[in-house]
Amino acid sequence: MSAIGLIQIYVFVLAGFVGYQVITRVPPLLHTPLMSATNAISGISLVGSLVAAGSDHGRMSTILGFIAVVAATINVVGGFLITDRMLKMFKGAAKPAASSQGVKQ
Amino acid sequence: MIRQYLVEGSYLAASVLFILGLKSLTRPEQARRGIQQAMIGMLLAVVGTLLHQEIVRYEWILAGLALGTAIGYPLGMFVPMTAMPQRIAISHMFGALAATLVGIVEFSQHGAHLSAGAMAAVGFEVLFGSLTITGSFMAFGKLQELITGKPITFRGQNAVNMTLFAVTLGLFVYLIFNPGATGLFYLMIALALVIGVTMVLPIGGADMPVVVSLLNSYAGLASSATGFAIGNNVLIICGALDGASGFLLSILMSKAMNRSFSNVLFGAFGSGPAAGAAKKSAEGLTVRSTTVEDAAMQLAYARSVIVVPGYGLAVAQAQHQVRELAELIEKKGGEVKYAIHPVAGRMPGHMNVLLAEANVPYDRLYDMDEINGEFERADVALVIGANDVVNPAARNDPSSPIHGMPILNVDQAKNVIVMKRGMSPGFAGIENELFYNEKTSMLFGDAKSSLSKLVTEVKNV
Repeated sequence: MSAIGLIQIYVFVLAGFVGYQVITRVPPLLHTPLMSATNAISGISLVGSLVAAGSDHGRMSTILGFIAVVAATINVVGGFLITDRMLKMFKGAAKPAASSQGVKQ
Repeated sequence: MIRQYLVEGSYLAASVLFILGLKSLTRPEQARRGIQQAMIGMLLAVVGTLLHQEIVRYEWILAGLALGTAIGYPLGMFVPMTAMPQRIAISHMFGALAATLVGIVEFSQHGAHLSAGAMAAVGFEVLFGSLTITGSFMAFGKLQELITGKPITFRGQNAVNMTLFAVTLGLFVYLIFNPGATGLFYLMIALALVIGVTMVLPIGGADMPVVVSLLNSYAGLASSATGFAIGNNVLIICGALDGASGFLLSILMSKAMNRSFSNVLFGAFGSGPAAGAAKKSAEGLTVRSTTVEDAAMQLAYARSVIVVPGYGLAVAQAQHQVRELAELIEKKGGEVKYAIHPVAGRMPGHMNVLLAEANVPYDRLYDMDEINGEFERADVALVIGANDVVNPAARNDPSSPIHGMPILNVDQAKNVIVMKRGMSPGFAGIENELFYNEKTSMLFGDAKSSLSKLVTEVKNV
């Protein structure tokens, strides 16, 4: 158990470090989409909620798990949709509006 | 056994895709595709989880997924961009709710048999989760103006908050060594819920960008703790990413608002903005007000214009008129850039989204640091509904309460036009000497109608 706990701490620290490195490079331009994206990604608690809702450990677990699934799904679905909706609005100058060229590579 | 590898494999793939997704946000042109990759990651993780051997019943899962989608879809598709801050605040609440409930389930299943380490994780999870639930809900209420945006304070607030905090922390430590104390576990949750409320109550509407970022970080930490509690690495990783992001944004925001980070973390317990601060007397100074015609003339012949949008612009819903005006000036041969202060909106990056929505190309939007050197070369700086973020007192006047706050160097432009409803001071409640500068002309009135008139006038020039 303690060995597992130690590995978990490694994972946590390294992930936090990677997150810090990546996120410092995100320009202020995209800070709102960043926040809604991390929100959608943190909807990953859905994974824990699914196990709680589906593992048949008594009624209370099932009901609480069900509510947790609902809450996490709201974040996943709503979060990704709104992030995509925002990012779709960020267009470069290039040609005056109109032309529906794809995303530049 | 194979099943377990499949589950873990899907989690690993999801983690990689999430990190790549966040990395794509460093460049606007790849951002959308990156986030779509992250969506695939999420799908993988969910499908992987459904293979989990502990899952034996699917009806509640399917019902939950369906209901969540039914609520999440409109929240994603139809919420207007101006409402983004409260939309984000409420989603922190949902995230924290999920984490807290999973923690309660974990506790109710194992309770007294939890090891000290596992109990610490569960305790941390429900502690951070619960205070984020109510804290986010309060932030949502303030941003949605369901409750007053003014700080709510009462006598002895500090003492009450500190006591609450100490008692809750004490319960947390006690539970680690006595995980069988079920009653105390629920008492701790109740107290944490109260702390969430008392924490946000004394914070004013103007400080909400910091609060929302901080709650983002708390929600992340709560889901990380969930990962520790149920032994799930993808949760730990995502929580850490979320936590790091929220932490970083709150530091950036507090810097931009001229408050130390500890002041933001605990500052809510302290006093509000210095009330008795020396107010610079405006007596003897005159304000030059201008007409739409004169302003239009100035703008039409300007070779370079820097637009400085403030929250007042968003309140007046005048983003489209600004873009129209900018296009006209460009047609006449001028160059238009937008200078965005980090706290121009109600959350990090909010103003950029609002302008992007009005079809302003993102490469015309400049951060404070990028554009501050360019003001001295600008013919006209057009300030729309911004006040404290362009107040030169932040640079010049050590007695000013906003001294030291990073500002946009609007006063260095050759001419300044300030569009404003009246002479009322900004959030900090102090006079703005920019308005009395001889280069400055004031265009009073509602931003939206003034801008429409300007558009018509510039067309005729």
